[in-house]
Amino acid sequence: MIKENMNEVDYRKSKIKSRIAWTIAIIFACLMLVLTLAPFFFMIMNSFRKQFDMLQQGVFHLPDPWIIENYVEVIEKGFFGYFLRSVIVVAISLVLMLIISAFAAYPLSRMKFKLNPWIYALIVAMMSVPMHVTLIPIFKLTTAVGFYDSLKSLIGPYVAFALPMSVFILTAFMKTIPKEIEESAEIDGCNRYKNFFFMILPLSKSGLSTLAIYNGVSMWNEFAFANTLLISPQNKTLPLALGQFKGEHAMNMPIIMAVLTLSVLPMIILFIIFQDKLVKGMMAGAVKG
Amino acid sequence: MKKDNKLGLAQAKARSTARAATVFLIPALLLITIFIIYPVIDTFVISGYKWNGISSDRFFVGMDNWKTLIHDEMFWKSFKHNLIVMVFSILLQIPLGMLLATFLDAGGKKFNLFKVIWFLPYLISSVAIAFLFNYALMTNGGIVSSLATIIKGQKTNIDLLGTAPNALYTVIGVMAWQFTPFYMVYFMAGYGNIDTTIYEAAVIDGATRWQYIKHIAIPLLGPIFKTACTMSLIGSLKYFDMIWNMTQGGPAGSTELMATYMYKLSFQQFNMGYGSTVAAGMFILITAIALIFNKVFKVKEDY
Repeated sequence: MIKENMNEVDYRKSKIKSRIAWTIAIIFACLMLVLTLAPFFFMIMNSFRKQFDMLQQGVFHLPDPWIIENYVEVIEKGFFGYFLRSVIVVAISLVLMLIISAFAAYPLSRMKFKLNPWIYALIVAMMSVPMHVTLIPIFKLTTAVGFYDSLKSLIGPYVAFALPMSVFILTAFMKTIPKEIEESAEIDGCNRYKNFFFMILPLSKSGLSTLAIYNGVSMWNEFAFANTLLISPQNKTLPLALGQFKGEHAMNMPIIMAVLTLSVLPMIILFIIFQDKLVKGMMAGAVKG
Repeated sequence: MKKDNKLGLAQAKARSTARAATVFLIPALLLITIFIIYPVIDTFVISGYKWNGISSDRFFVGMDNWKTLIHDEMFWKSFKHNLIVMVFSILLQIPLGMLLATFLDAGGKKFNLFKVIWFLPYLISSVAIAFLFNYALMTNGGIVSSLATIIKGQKTNIDLLGTAPNALYTVIGVMAWQFTPFYMVYFMAGYGNIDTTIYEAAVIDGATRWQYIKHIAIPLLGPIFKTACTMSLIGSLKYFDMIWNMTQGGPAGSTELMATYMYKLSFQQFNMGYGSTVAAGMFILITAIALIFNKVFKVKEDY
Protein backbone atom coordinates (compact mmCIF):
# COMPACT_ATOMS: atom_id res chain seq x y z
CA MET A 1 0.00 0.00 0.00
CA ILE A 2 2.61 2.47 1.11
CA LYS A 3 4.82 1.77 -1.87
CA GLU A 4 2.01 2.14 -4.39
CA ASN A 5 1.09 5.62 -3.19
CA MET A 6 4.62 6.87 -3.31
CA ASN A 7 5.78 8.71 -6.38
CA GLU A 8 9.41 9.03 -7.38
CA VAL A 9 10.07 12.31 -5.47
CA ASP A 10 8.58 11.00 -2.25
CA TYR A 11 10.60 7.87 -2.56
CA ARG A 12 13.86 9.79 -2.94
CA LYS A 13 12.93 12.08 -0.07
CA SER A 14 12.28 9.18 2.23
CA LYS A 15 15.55 7.60 1.21
CA ILE A 16 17.48 10.75 2.16
CA LYS A 17 15.52 10.96 5.36
CA SER A 18 16.36 7.42 6.29
CA ARG A 19 20.02 8.04 5.50
CA ILE A 20 20.05 11.03 7.87
CA ALA A 21 18.29 8.99 10.52
CA TRP A 22 20.86 6.23 10.20
CA THR A 23 23.75 8.68 10.44
CA ILE A 24 22.34 10.11 13.65
CA ALA A 25 21.73 6.61 14.99
CA ILE A 26 25.28 5.52 14.25
CA ILE A 27 26.75 8.62 15.88
CA PHE A 28 24.64 7.96 18.94
CA ALA A 29 25.68 4.31 18.93
CA CYS A 30 29.36 5.22 18.79
CA LEU A 31 28.88 7.68 21.63
CA MET A 32 27.36 4.90 23.70
CA LEU A 33 30.30 2.72 22.77
CA VAL A 34 32.73 5.30 24.15
CA LEU A 35 30.66 5.73 27.32
CA THR A 36 30.62 1.98 27.84
CA LEU A 37 34.30 1.45 27.22
CA ALA A 38 35.81 4.47 28.97
CA PRO A 39 35.71 2.97 32.49
CA PHE A 40 37.21 -0.29 31.22
CA PHE A 41 39.94 1.65 29.49
CA PHE A 42 40.60 3.53 32.73
CA MET A 43 40.75 0.28 34.70
CA ILE A 44 43.11 -1.60 32.41
CA MET A 45 45.45 1.33 31.72
CA ASN A 46 45.79 2.15 35.38
CA SER A 47 46.50 -1.41 36.37
CA PHE A 48 49.73 -1.14 34.34
CA ARG A 49 50.81 2.27 35.67
CA LYS A 50 53.25 3.24 38.37
CA GLN A 51 51.62 4.67 41.47
CA PHE A 52 51.65 8.38 40.55
CA ASP A 53 51.82 7.97 36.79
CA MET A 54 48.22 9.05 36.16
CA LEU A 55 48.47 12.22 38.24
CA GLN A 56 51.64 13.23 36.41
CA GLN A 57 50.69 12.25 32.86
CA GLY A 58 46.94 12.71 32.91
CA VAL A 59 44.23 10.13 32.59
CA PHE A 60 44.20 9.97 28.79
CA HIS A 61 47.90 9.25 28.53
CA LEU A 62 49.07 5.68 28.04
CA PRO A 63 51.07 4.21 30.95
CA ASP A 64 54.70 5.27 30.89
CA PRO A 65 56.37 2.91 31.59
CA TRP A 66 54.08 -0.15 31.43
CA ILE A 67 54.67 -2.30 34.51
CA ILE A 68 53.24 -5.60 35.72
CA GLU A 69 54.46 -5.24 39.30
CA ASN A 70 50.92 -4.35 40.41
CA TYR A 71 49.65 -7.75 39.34
CA VAL A 72 52.61 -9.50 40.93
CA GLU A 73 51.96 -7.75 44.22
CA VAL A 74 48.23 -8.48 44.15
CA ILE A 75 48.87 -12.17 43.52
CA GLU A 76 51.55 -12.31 46.20
CA LYS A 77 49.16 -10.73 48.69
CA GLY A 78 46.75 -13.66 48.32
CA PHE A 79 44.41 -12.75 45.48
CA PHE A 80 43.98 -16.40 44.50
CA GLY A 81 42.96 -17.26 48.06
CA TYR A 82 39.92 -15.00 47.68
CA PHE A 83 39.33 -16.47 44.26
CA LEU A 84 39.52 -20.06 45.48
CA ARG A 85 37.18 -19.42 48.42
CA SER A 86 34.62 -17.93 46.04
CA VAL A 87 34.93 -20.96 43.77
CA ILE A 88 34.37 -23.31 46.72
CA VAL A 89 31.34 -21.48 48.10
CA VAL A 90 29.70 -21.02 44.71
CA ALA A 91 30.33 -24.63 43.63
CA ILE A 92 28.89 -26.17 46.79
CA SER A 93 25.93 -23.79 46.95
CA LEU A 94 25.15 -24.23 43.29
CA VAL A 95 25.14 -28.03 43.35
CA LEU A 96 22.98 -28.13 46.47
CA MET A 97 20.63 -25.51 45.08
CA LEU A 98 20.15 -27.33 41.77
CA ILE A 99 19.44 -30.69 43.41
CA ILE A 100 17.06 -29.26 46.00
CA SER A 101 15.14 -27.11 43.53
CA ALA A 102 14.79 -30.01 41.09
CA PHE A 103 13.54 -32.12 44.01
CA ALA A 104 10.92 -29.52 44.83
CA ALA A 105 9.90 -28.80 41.25
CA TYR A 106 9.24 -32.46 40.49
CA PRO A 107 6.18 -33.01 42.71
CA LEU A 108 4.96 -29.44 42.12
CA SER A 109 4.92 -29.94 38.36
CA ARG A 110 3.90 -33.58 38.01
CA MET A 111 1.99 -34.83 41.06
CA LYS A 112 -1.55 -34.22 42.20
CA PHE A 113 -1.91 -33.64 45.93
CA LYS A 114 -4.07 -31.36 48.02
CA LEU A 115 -1.44 -28.89 49.19
CA ASN A 116 0.28 -28.52 45.82
CA PRO A 117 -1.07 -25.07 44.82
CA TRP A 118 -0.51 -23.73 48.35
CA ILE A 119 3.09 -24.85 48.62
CA TYR A 120 3.79 -23.55 45.13
CA ALA A 121 2.28 -20.17 45.99
CA LEU A 122 4.28 -20.00 49.21
CA ILE A 123 7.58 -20.71 47.47
CA VAL A 124 6.89 -18.28 44.63
CA ALA A 125 5.89 -15.55 47.09
CA MET A 126 9.35 -15.84 48.68
CA MET A 127 10.86 -14.39 45.49
CA SER A 128 9.83 -10.92 46.56
CA VAL A 129 11.43 -10.96 50.02
CA PRO A 130 14.41 -8.57 50.04
CA MET A 131 17.44 -10.31 51.51
CA HIS A 132 18.37 -7.25 53.57
CA VAL A 133 15.34 -7.83 55.76
CA THR A 134 16.82 -11.17 56.83
CA LEU A 135 20.38 -9.98 57.49
CA ILE A 136 20.14 -9.40 61.24
CA PRO A 137 18.35 -12.67 62.11
CA ILE A 138 20.70 -14.65 59.86
CA PHE A 139 23.68 -12.95 61.53
CA LYS A 140 22.15 -13.93 64.88
CA LEU A 141 21.53 -17.50 63.74
CA THR A 142 25.04 -17.85 62.33
CA THR A 143 26.71 -16.72 65.55
CA ALA A 144 24.41 -18.97 67.58
CA VAL A 145 25.44 -22.14 65.72
CA GLY A 146 29.12 -21.10 65.60
CA PHE A 147 29.35 -20.67 61.83
CA TYR A 148 30.25 -16.98 62.03
CA ASP A 149 33.37 -16.05 60.01
CA SER A 150 33.50 -19.33 58.11
CA LEU A 151 32.65 -20.17 54.51
CA LYS A 152 29.89 -22.56 55.53
CA SER A 153 27.88 -19.66 56.92
CA LEU A 154 27.22 -18.48 53.36
CA ILE A 155 25.95 -21.74 51.89
CA GLY A 156 22.58 -21.82 53.66
CA PRO A 157 21.54 -18.26 52.74
CA TYR A 158 22.86 -18.59 49.17
CA VAL A 159 20.93 -21.79 48.53
CA ALA A 160 17.76 -20.61 50.24
CA PHE A 161 17.57 -17.28 48.41
CA ALA A 162 18.20 -18.91 45.04
CA LEU A 163 15.52 -21.55 45.59
CA PRO A 164 12.23 -19.67 45.03
CA MET A 165 13.08 -18.46 41.53
CA SER A 166 14.72 -21.75 40.58
CA VAL A 167 11.72 -23.78 41.72
CA PHE A 168 9.48 -21.38 39.80
CA ILE A 169 11.44 -21.79 36.56
CA LEU A 170 11.99 -25.54 36.91
CA THR A 171 8.34 -26.23 37.70
CA ALA A 172 7.34 -24.47 34.50
CA PHE A 173 10.06 -26.35 32.65
CA MET A 174 9.10 -29.80 33.97
CA LYS A 175 5.46 -29.21 33.08
CA THR A 176 6.46 -29.22 29.43
CA ILE A 177 7.85 -32.78 29.63
CA PRO A 178 5.14 -35.12 28.32
CA LYS A 179 3.28 -37.23 30.88
CA GLU A 180 3.57 -40.39 28.76
CA ILE A 181 7.25 -40.68 29.57
CA GLU A 182 6.55 -41.47 33.20
CA GLU A 183 3.57 -43.64 32.41
CA SER A 184 5.58 -45.87 30.12
CA ALA A 185 8.40 -45.98 32.65
CA GLU A 186 5.93 -46.96 35.36
CA ILE A 187 4.77 -49.88 33.27
CA ASP A 188 8.39 -50.93 33.00
CA GLY A 189 8.50 -51.00 36.78
CA CYS A 190 10.02 -47.63 37.64
CA ASN A 191 8.81 -45.98 40.83
CA ARG A 192 8.65 -42.23 41.36
CA TYR A 193 12.17 -41.94 42.70
CA LYS A 194 13.69 -43.85 39.80
CA ASN A 195 11.51 -41.81 37.46
CA PHE A 196 12.93 -38.61 38.86
CA PHE A 197 16.58 -39.59 38.69
CA PHE A 198 16.55 -41.44 35.37
CA MET A 199 13.86 -39.64 33.39
CA ILE A 200 12.96 -36.17 34.61
CA LEU A 201 16.35 -35.00 35.82
CA PRO A 202 18.22 -35.78 32.57
CA LEU A 203 15.41 -34.19 30.55
CA SER A 204 15.65 -30.98 32.62
CA LYS A 205 19.30 -30.43 31.80
CA SER A 206 18.83 -27.30 29.71
CA GLY A 207 16.64 -25.66 32.38
CA LEU A 208 19.17 -26.56 35.04
CA SER A 209 22.08 -25.12 33.08
CA THR A 210 20.29 -21.78 32.62
CA LEU A 211 19.66 -21.68 36.36
CA ALA A 212 23.27 -22.60 37.07
CA ILE A 213 24.50 -19.62 35.06
CA TYR A 214 22.10 -17.11 36.53
CA ASN A 215 22.57 -18.18 40.14
CA GLY A 216 26.26 -18.84 39.69
CA VAL A 217 26.78 -15.25 38.59
CA SER A 218 24.73 -13.77 41.42
CA MET A 219 26.42 -15.96 44.05
CA TRP A 220 29.84 -15.12 42.62
CA ASN A 221 29.04 -11.41 43.01
CA GLU A 222 27.20 -11.63 46.33
CA PHE A 223 28.31 -8.95 48.76
CA ALA A 224 25.88 -8.26 51.61
CA PHE A 225 25.82 -11.70 53.27
CA ALA A 226 29.55 -12.19 52.78
CA ASN A 227 30.32 -8.77 54.25
CA THR A 228 28.11 -9.46 57.25
CA LEU A 229 29.12 -13.04 58.00
CA LEU A 230 32.87 -13.04 57.24
CA ILE A 231 35.35 -10.93 59.16
CA SER A 232 38.94 -12.21 58.86
CA PRO A 233 40.84 -11.65 55.59
CA GLN A 234 41.79 -15.33 55.32
CA ASN A 235 38.09 -16.24 55.16
CA LYS A 236 36.79 -13.55 52.81
CA THR A 237 35.43 -14.18 49.31
CA LEU A 238 36.28 -12.35 46.09
CA PRO A 239 33.75 -9.48 46.32
CA LEU A 240 35.33 -8.53 49.65
CA ALA A 241 38.88 -8.65 48.26
CA LEU A 242 38.48 -5.14 46.82
CA GLY A 243 37.64 -3.63 50.18
CA GLN A 244 40.46 -5.54 51.83
CA PHE A 245 43.05 -4.34 49.31
CA LYS A 246 41.70 -0.81 49.46
CA GLY A 247 42.06 -0.82 53.21
CA GLU A 248 45.75 -1.64 52.83
CA HIS A 249 46.56 0.42 49.71
CA ALA A 250 44.01 3.25 49.59
CA MET A 251 46.52 5.61 48.01
CA ASN A 252 47.89 3.10 45.53
CA MET A 253 45.23 3.14 42.84
CA PRO A 254 47.07 0.93 40.32
CA ILE A 255 47.01 -1.92 42.86
CA ILE A 256 43.23 -1.60 43.23
CA MET A 257 42.84 -1.48 39.45
CA ALA A 258 44.88 -4.68 39.13
CA VAL A 259 42.61 -6.39 41.66
CA LEU A 260 39.59 -5.10 39.73
CA THR A 261 40.90 -6.30 36.39
CA LEU A 262 41.67 -9.74 37.79
CA SER A 263 38.24 -10.08 39.40
CA VAL A 264 36.40 -8.93 36.27
CA LEU A 265 38.43 -11.19 33.99
CA PRO A 266 36.72 -14.56 34.68
CA MET A 267 33.32 -13.19 33.67
CA ILE A 268 34.70 -11.61 30.51
CA ILE A 269 36.40 -14.88 29.53
CA LEU A 270 33.21 -16.85 30.15
CA PHE A 271 31.31 -14.27 28.13
CA ILE A 272 33.67 -14.62 25.19
CA ILE A 273 33.41 -18.43 25.22
CA PHE A 274 29.70 -18.93 25.92
CA GLN A 275 28.29 -15.62 24.71
CA ASP A 276 24.68 -16.50 23.89
CA LYS A 277 24.26 -19.10 26.59
CA LEU A 278 25.64 -16.75 29.23
CA VAL A 279 23.46 -13.82 28.17
CA LYS A 280 20.41 -16.07 28.16
CA GLY A 281 21.30 -17.43 31.58
CA MET A 282 21.93 -14.01 33.09
CA MET A 283 18.55 -12.86 31.82
CA ALA A 284 16.77 -15.76 33.51
CA GLY A 285 16.12 -13.52 36.49
CA ALA A 286 13.88 -11.43 34.28
CA VAL A 287 10.98 -13.81 34.80
CA LYS A 288 10.92 -12.65 38.42
CA GLY A 289 8.75 -9.66 37.56
CA MET B 1 -18.43 -49.51 55.93
CA LYS B 2 -16.29 -51.51 53.61
CA LYS B 3 -14.92 -49.57 50.69
CA ASP B 4 -14.84 -51.24 47.32
CA ASN B 5 -11.54 -52.38 45.95
CA LYS B 6 -11.13 -49.66 43.32
CA LEU B 7 -11.57 -46.82 45.79
CA GLY B 8 -9.09 -48.42 48.14
CA LEU B 9 -6.55 -48.59 45.37
CA ALA B 10 -7.06 -44.95 44.44
CA GLN B 11 -6.66 -43.98 48.07
CA ALA B 12 -3.48 -45.97 48.39
CA LYS B 13 -2.13 -44.27 45.30
CA ALA B 14 -3.03 -40.81 46.62
CA ARG B 15 -1.35 -41.64 49.89
CA SER B 16 1.83 -42.80 48.22
CA THR B 17 1.80 -39.67 46.04
CA ALA B 18 1.50 -37.49 49.11
CA ARG B 19 4.34 -39.36 50.76
CA ALA B 20 6.62 -38.98 47.72
CA ALA B 21 5.73 -35.29 47.38
CA THR B 22 6.64 -34.73 51.03
CA VAL B 23 10.01 -36.41 50.62
CA PHE B 24 10.84 -34.32 47.55
CA LEU B 25 9.65 -31.03 49.03
CA ILE B 26 11.14 -31.25 52.52
CA PRO B 27 14.68 -29.96 51.78
CA ALA B 28 13.43 -26.87 49.93
CA LEU B 29 10.76 -26.05 52.50
CA LEU B 30 13.20 -26.55 55.35
CA LEU B 31 15.78 -24.16 53.90
CA ILE B 32 13.19 -21.54 52.97
CA THR B 33 11.74 -21.72 56.47
CA ILE B 34 15.12 -21.40 58.20
CA PHE B 35 16.66 -18.71 56.01
CA ILE B 36 13.71 -16.68 54.74
CA ILE B 37 10.45 -17.13 56.67
CA TYR B 38 11.91 -17.38 60.16
CA PRO B 39 14.28 -14.40 59.64
CA VAL B 40 11.47 -12.19 58.38
CA ILE B 41 9.39 -13.00 61.45
CA ASP B 42 12.42 -12.61 63.72
CA THR B 43 13.12 -9.17 62.24
CA PHE B 44 9.70 -8.06 63.43
CA VAL B 45 10.33 -9.66 66.85
CA ILE B 46 13.74 -7.99 67.30
CA SER B 47 12.18 -4.66 66.32
CA GLY B 48 10.48 -4.73 69.70
CA TYR B 49 13.78 -4.78 71.59
CA LYS B 50 16.72 -2.59 72.40
CA TRP B 51 19.66 -4.83 71.56
CA ASN B 52 23.29 -4.36 70.45
CA GLY B 53 23.46 -7.67 68.58
CA ILE B 54 26.21 -9.18 70.72
CA SER B 55 25.40 -9.20 74.42
CA SER B 56 22.74 -11.55 75.74
CA ASP B 57 20.77 -8.84 77.52
CA ARG B 58 18.17 -7.18 75.40
CA PHE B 59 15.33 -5.07 76.72
CA PHE B 60 11.79 -5.25 75.51
CA VAL B 61 10.72 -1.76 74.57
CA GLY B 62 7.38 -2.50 72.91
CA MET B 63 6.50 -0.11 70.12
CA ASP B 64 9.18 2.46 71.03
CA ASN B 65 11.38 1.64 68.03
CA TRP B 66 8.40 1.94 65.70
CA LYS B 67 7.49 5.31 67.17
CA THR B 68 11.08 6.42 66.59
CA LEU B 69 10.92 5.14 63.01
CA ILE B 70 7.81 7.13 62.19
CA HIS B 71 9.51 10.33 63.31
CA ASP B 72 12.95 9.39 61.99
CA GLU B 73 13.86 12.02 59.40
CA MET B 74 16.83 10.02 58.17
CA PHE B 75 14.65 7.01 57.38
CA TRP B 76 12.16 9.03 55.37
CA LYS B 77 14.99 10.86 53.66
CA SER B 78 16.46 7.48 52.68
CA PHE B 79 13.08 6.38 51.41
CA LYS B 80 12.86 9.57 49.37
CA HIS B 81 16.28 8.80 47.87
CA ASN B 82 15.03 5.31 47.00
CA LEU B 83 12.07 6.91 45.22
CA ILE B 84 14.34 9.32 43.32
CA VAL B 85 16.57 6.41 42.29
CA MET B 86 13.45 4.50 41.25
CA VAL B 87 12.08 7.30 39.07
CA PHE B 88 15.41 7.96 37.35
CA SER B 89 16.08 4.26 36.88
CA ILE B 90 12.80 3.88 35.04
CA LEU B 91 13.32 7.10 33.07
CA LEU B 92 16.93 6.38 32.08
CA GLN B 93 17.57 2.66 31.90
CA ILE B 94 14.40 1.46 30.24
CA PRO B 95 14.15 4.01 27.39
CA LEU B 96 17.89 3.80 26.77
CA GLY B 97 17.82 0.01 26.80
CA MET B 98 14.91 0.06 24.41
CA LEU B 99 16.66 2.51 22.10
CA LEU B 100 19.76 0.32 21.92
CA ALA B 101 17.64 -2.78 21.36
CA THR B 102 15.73 -1.04 18.57
CA PHE B 103 18.97 0.01 16.95
CA LEU B 104 20.32 -3.55 17.12
CA ASP B 105 17.06 -5.03 15.88
CA ALA B 106 16.91 -2.64 12.94
CA GLY B 107 20.57 -3.20 12.07
CA GLY B 108 20.56 -6.98 12.33
CA LYS B 109 23.66 -9.15 12.46
CA LYS B 110 26.14 -6.56 11.21
CA PHE B 111 25.86 -4.65 14.52
CA ASN B 112 26.88 -7.64 16.59
CA LEU B 113 30.01 -5.90 17.84
CA PHE B 114 27.89 -3.08 19.30
CA LYS B 115 25.79 -5.65 21.12
CA VAL B 116 28.79 -7.44 22.61
CA ILE B 117 30.43 -4.24 23.85
CA TRP B 118 27.23 -2.68 25.17
CA PHE B 119 26.59 -5.78 27.23
CA LEU B 120 29.96 -5.64 29.05
CA PRO B 121 28.94 -3.45 32.03
CA TYR B 122 26.31 -5.97 33.07
CA LEU B 123 29.04 -8.59 33.49
CA ILE B 124 30.69 -6.70 36.34
CA SER B 125 29.51 -6.97 39.92
CA SER B 126 28.04 -3.92 41.64
CA VAL B 127 30.94 -3.97 44.09
CA ALA B 128 33.55 -3.84 41.33
CA ILE B 129 31.61 -1.06 39.59
CA ALA B 130 31.56 0.94 42.80
CA PHE B 131 35.34 0.75 43.21
CA LEU B 132 35.98 1.40 39.53
CA PHE B 133 33.87 4.56 39.39
CA ASN B 134 35.15 5.79 42.72
CA TYR B 135 38.55 6.10 41.08
CA ALA B 136 37.46 6.89 37.52
CA LEU B 137 35.41 9.87 38.75
CA MET B 138 38.06 11.18 41.15
CA THR B 139 37.92 14.90 41.71
CA ASN B 140 41.58 15.34 40.93
CA GLY B 141 42.57 13.73 37.63
CA GLY B 142 39.49 11.56 37.09
CA ILE B 143 37.88 11.15 33.68
CA VAL B 144 35.23 13.87 34.06
CA SER B 145 37.58 16.39 35.65
CA SER B 146 40.16 15.76 32.92
CA LEU B 147 37.56 16.22 30.19
CA ALA B 148 36.46 19.48 31.77
CA THR B 149 40.09 20.56 31.96
CA ILE B 150 40.50 19.97 28.23
CA ILE B 151 37.27 21.75 27.31
CA LYS B 152 37.92 24.77 29.53
CA GLY B 153 41.63 24.89 28.75
CA GLN B 154 42.53 25.26 32.41
CA LYS B 155 42.78 22.92 35.37
CA THR B 156 39.26 22.10 36.51
CA ASN B 157 38.19 19.83 39.35
CA ILE B 158 34.66 18.48 39.39
CA ASP B 159 33.65 16.85 42.64
CA LEU B 160 31.02 14.33 41.62
CA LEU B 161 30.81 12.06 44.64
CA GLY B 162 31.89 14.34 47.47
CA THR B 163 29.20 17.03 47.44
CA ALA B 164 25.56 16.77 48.35
CA PRO B 165 23.35 17.15 45.29
CA ASN B 166 25.95 15.79 42.85
CA ALA B 167 26.56 12.49 44.60
CA LEU B 168 23.03 11.11 44.26
CA TYR B 169 22.81 11.95 40.55
CA THR B 170 26.26 10.54 39.91
CA VAL B 171 25.24 7.32 41.57
CA ILE B 172 22.08 7.25 39.43
CA GLY B 173 24.22 7.71 36.33
CA VAL B 174 26.50 4.84 37.32
CA MET B 175 23.45 2.64 37.91
CA ALA B 176 22.26 3.48 34.41
CA TRP B 177 25.66 2.49 33.08
CA GLN B 178 25.35 -0.84 34.85
CA PHE B 179 21.74 -1.78 34.12
CA THR B 180 20.98 -0.37 30.66
CA PRO B 181 22.52 -3.50 29.04
CA PHE B 182 20.09 -5.64 31.00
CA TYR B 183 17.08 -3.83 29.54
CA MET B 184 18.73 -3.80 26.13
CA VAL B 185 18.93 -7.59 26.05
CA TYR B 186 15.50 -7.80 27.59
CA PHE B 187 13.89 -5.72 24.85
CA MET B 188 15.91 -7.54 22.20
CA ALA B 189 14.34 -10.76 23.42
CA GLY B 190 10.99 -8.97 23.17
CA TYR B 191 11.62 -8.02 19.55
CA GLY B 192 12.76 -11.59 18.89
CA ASN B 193 9.54 -13.02 20.29
CA ILE B 194 7.34 -11.16 17.84
CA ASP B 195 6.05 -13.61 15.25
CA THR B 196 8.14 -13.30 12.08
CA THR B 197 5.03 -13.61 9.93
CA ILE B 198 3.94 -10.20 11.22
CA TYR B 199 7.12 -8.67 9.86
CA GLU B 200 6.75 -10.53 6.58
CA ALA B 201 3.19 -9.32 6.21
CA ALA B 202 4.29 -5.74 6.90
CA VAL B 203 7.05 -5.99 4.28
CA ILE B 204 4.61 -7.35 1.71
CA ASP B 205 2.44 -4.32 2.44
CA GLY B 206 5.46 -2.17 1.64
CA ALA B 207 6.47 -1.08 5.12
CA THR B 208 10.10 -0.22 5.72
CA ARG B 209 11.99 -1.73 8.65
CA TRP B 210 11.60 1.52 10.56
CA GLN B 211 7.87 1.79 9.91
CA TYR B 212 7.48 -1.78 11.09
CA ILE B 213 9.33 -1.03 14.32
CA LYS B 214 7.47 2.21 14.97
CA HIS B 215 3.92 1.12 14.18
CA ILE B 216 3.94 -2.61 14.86
CA ALA B 217 6.82 -3.83 17.02
CA ILE B 218 6.87 -1.14 19.72
CA PRO B 219 3.12 -1.32 20.43
CA LEU B 220 3.49 -5.11 20.68
CA LEU B 221 6.16 -4.67 23.37
CA GLY B 222 3.62 -3.21 25.83
CA PRO B 223 3.46 -6.12 28.30
CA ILE B 224 7.26 -6.44 28.30
CA PHE B 225 7.47 -2.76 29.11
CA LYS B 226 5.30 -3.30 32.17
CA THR B 227 7.46 -6.14 33.43
CA ALA B 228 10.60 -4.06 32.87
CA CYS B 229 9.11 -1.25 34.97
CA THR B 230 8.18 -3.63 37.77
CA MET B 231 11.68 -5.06 37.84
CA SER B 232 13.28 -1.65 37.87
CA LEU B 233 10.92 -0.49 40.59
CA ILE B 234 11.56 -3.36 42.97
CA GLY B 235 15.28 -3.40 42.18
CA SER B 236 15.71 0.25 43.05
CA LEU B 237 13.94 -0.11 46.38
CA LYS B 238 16.39 -2.83 47.44
CA TYR B 239 19.54 -1.21 46.15
CA PHE B 240 22.56 -1.68 48.40
CA ASP B 241 25.89 -3.15 47.17
CA MET B 242 27.01 -0.35 44.89
CA ILE B 243 26.06 2.58 47.12
CA TRP B 244 27.58 0.93 50.16
CA ASN B 245 30.92 0.52 48.41
CA MET B 246 30.85 3.86 46.67
CA THR B 247 29.64 6.43 49.20
CA GLN B 248 28.40 4.50 52.28
CA GLY B 249 25.37 6.76 52.07
CA GLY B 250 27.45 9.93 52.29
CA PRO B 251 28.31 12.74 52.01
CA ALA B 252 26.15 13.72 54.97
CA GLY B 253 23.49 11.14 54.19
CA SER B 254 22.82 12.52 50.72
CA THR B 255 22.95 9.08 49.08
CA GLU B 256 21.55 7.14 52.02
CA LEU B 257 19.06 4.46 50.97
CA MET B 258 16.85 2.36 53.23
CA ALA B 259 19.16 -0.65 52.97
CA THR B 260 22.37 1.29 53.64
CA TYR B 261 20.73 3.06 56.58
CA MET B 262 19.64 -0.29 58.00
CA TYR B 263 23.12 -1.74 57.50
CA LYS B 264 24.83 1.23 59.10
CA LEU B 265 22.57 1.11 62.16
CA SER B 266 22.93 -2.64 62.60
CA PHE B 267 26.49 -3.50 61.70
CA GLN B 268 28.40 -0.27 62.29
CA GLN B 269 26.57 1.24 65.25
CA PHE B 270 25.39 -2.14 66.57
CA ASN B 271 21.92 -0.86 67.20
CA MET B 272 20.28 -4.06 65.99
CA GLY B 273 16.95 -3.49 67.68
CA TYR B 274 16.33 -0.30 65.78
CA GLY B 275 18.13 -1.68 62.69
CA SER B 276 15.54 -4.45 62.62
CA THR B 277 12.77 -1.89 62.83
CA VAL B 278 14.18 -0.12 59.78
CA ALA B 279 14.47 -3.49 57.97
CA ALA B 280 10.89 -4.35 58.84
CA GLY B 281 9.73 -0.90 57.71
CA MET B 282 11.58 -1.43 54.45
CA PHE B 283 9.86 -4.80 54.03
CA ILE B 284 6.42 -3.26 54.55
CA LEU B 285 7.09 -0.36 52.15
CA ILE B 286 8.51 -2.57 49.38
CA THR B 287 5.68 -5.08 49.62
CA ALA B 288 3.06 -2.33 49.61
CA ILE B 289 4.53 -0.51 46.63
CA ALA B 290 4.91 -3.73 44.63
CA LEU B 291 1.31 -4.72 45.35
CA ILE B 292 -0.07 -1.29 44.45
CA PHE B 293 1.97 -1.16 41.26
CA ASN B 294 0.81 -4.59 40.15
CA LYS B 295 -2.80 -3.74 40.87
CA VAL B 296 -2.73 -0.43 39.00
CA PHE B 297 -1.11 -2.00 35.96
CA LYS B 298 -3.46 -4.98 35.92
CA VAL B 299 -6.45 -2.66 35.79
CA LYS B 300 -4.96 -0.83 32.83
CA GLU B 301 -4.21 -4.06 31.04
CA ASP B 302 -7.80 -5.23 31.27
CA TYR B 303 -9.15 -2.52 28.98
